[in-house]
Amino acid sequence: MRNFFSSPTAIMGTALLSIVLFAAIFGPMIAPYDPQAFDPLNRLQGPSLTHLFGTDQFGRDLLSRILTGAPSTVAFGVGATLLGVGIGSIIGVVAGVSGGWVDSTIMRILDGLLAVPDLLFTLLIVTILGGGMEHAMLAVSIAFAPGMARIARSAVLSVRTRDYVRAAVARGESGVYIVTCEVLPNALSPIVVEATIRVSFAIMIGATLGFLGLGAQPPSTEWGLMVAEARQFMFRNPWCVAIPGISIAIAALGFNLFGDALRDALDPKRSHG
Amino acid sequence: MSWGYFIRRLLAVFLVLAIVTFAVFAITTMLPGNAAIMILGEYATPEAVAALEKQLHLDQPWYAQYLSWVAGILHGDFGTSLRLSLPVTQVVGEAFVNSAMLGATALVAVTITAIPLGALAALKRGTGMDLGLGLFSYLGTALPEFVTATLLLVFFAAPQHGLFPAGGFVAPWEDLGGFAAHVVLPAATLGLVLMAHISRQVRSEMSEVLSSDYIRAARLKGLTERRVIRRHALPNSLAPAIAVISLDIGYLLGGIIVVEEIFAWPGLGRLLIYALENRDLPVIQAVTLLLAAVYALSNLLSDIVIALLDPRVRYA
Repeated sequence: MRNFFSSPTAIMGTALLSIVLFAAIFGPMIAPYDPQAFDPLNRLQGPSLTHLFGTDQFGRDLLSRILTGAPSTVAFGVGATLLGVGIGSIIGVVAGVSGGWVDSTIMRILDGLLAVPDLLFTLLIVTILGGGMEHAMLAVSIAFAPGMARIARSAVLSVRTRDYVRAAVARGESGVYIVTCEVLPNALSPIVVEATIRVSFAIMIGATLGFLGLGAQPPSTEWGLMVAEARQFMFRNPWCVAIPGISIAIAALGFNLFGDALRDALDPKRSHG
Repeated sequence: MSWGYFIRRLLAVFLVLAIVTFAVFAITTMLPGNAAIMILGEYATPEAVAALEKQLHLDQPWYAQYLSWVAGILHGDFGTSLRLSLPVTQVVGEAFVNSAMLGATALVAVTITAIPLGALAALKRGTGMDLGLGLFSYLGTALPEFVTATLLLVFFAAPQHGLFPAGGFVAPWEDLGGFAAHVVLPAATLGLVLMAHISRQVRSEMSEVLSSDYIRAARLKGLTERRVIRRHALPNSLAPAIAVISLDIGYLLGGIIVVEEIFAWPGLGRLLIYALENRDLPVIQAVTLLLAAVYALSNLLSDIVIALLDPRVRYA
């Protein structure tokens, strides 16, 4: 862990992640304009000194809209992932610890669910639950659960036969104690790495749902929705689709690179490539 | 290749598909929301809802609905589309052909370019070219399809110059040139992500192989660098690349949903969004099942190809 910052991936990832987290925490406070204020005389302007990122189809300041949209975008990604990791880990740990027919039944069901692409799975659930941020978040977390369960299970299996777990069993510790105090802490690192990388997928799926009109609803400043709303005007002012699009990419890239670097730091065997 | 391995894998695929039919059915019918009310609108009279429920067999218990649905599938009958009043098999079949053409174009174009690019990056590790490719591949994985598609539209389909059409579809058997013009932008959108994955995987495998003992031995034995790479390094770094390509088919199946919607490509993705918006349950079920089946079969195919390339896998 000591030479975490020796790789360019880690430096880049940390830098991007800091920008994104800064925007998510302080964005709404430092936004120079009201993100919902119309300015009909200054519609679809390119970047200038008064509007650093330009204005959208209603003359709203793009920088302010990006900054106020940051908290919900990051919260969506992190929230959906945490929920998905939670559900998935419980399933995976139960499967890994139980073994036998419980394990094989759970794994077969997960195999089936994993055969459905993430976005398709999410779309199905969102359509049934109805659109909106909360439902979209729940849908993404459900779609993530099978993959996370698989990783949690293999992490548990790899520590289950270690001597310290056997020692705890021999000491006569309770099953709950063994799982929470011996197995979980040691199985945690692959789960954390995978979760960090998944935040970037969650952000991208969330934005895609917003784009399709199934996630955040107008006049929200969610970035995917901003691209969708500005699409009609993209030939007159490409900035109003490019800026939110690039913001999504930066947020996703930040989590992705940071997760990759974390994996390399925690598992020296995989440090190549 | 041993038949036992093949048969075991084939059985596993069928098991997965059986579970998928159940999952798809459960998701589409057992979660809240009544299909009959969704079709008729919330102001429908109770009698109309009851009549439609009877017509859709929604009045039967779920296991009876499930069994009759599965029995239909086994006879090649996916029911009738509620909105289009056409057999689902026909609607989905046409869309599948269109999607397959888009997906295949993207996959072939990317495979031809990404494998040499990845290998080149591994050979020239640490140079500007390697770094550029790395950056590009990270960008590829971080840009959602709708952003890539929109940016490509801005650059290549603006009304001023109109290099490519902004959307639509021409069948290749009617006008091959028209098909090519329409397929470029959607295929490029899908291709960006695929290219990122595949070239990165080939690069990382290739650099590992290049530092292995047998490559050193081949060099020490005095083989030309060309022969070392072509006969020793490349074949050994391809098996993982094939595994990634098959995983990417899974990505492709999700990616086409958004890409087809944006470029008005009449394939499975567009059909699925239409069906979801209109609560056309038989179509939703058929498309989901088909996408899952394609994914499972592509995984099977890649396992077989890998087993053929690498004898160690067969006996694992």
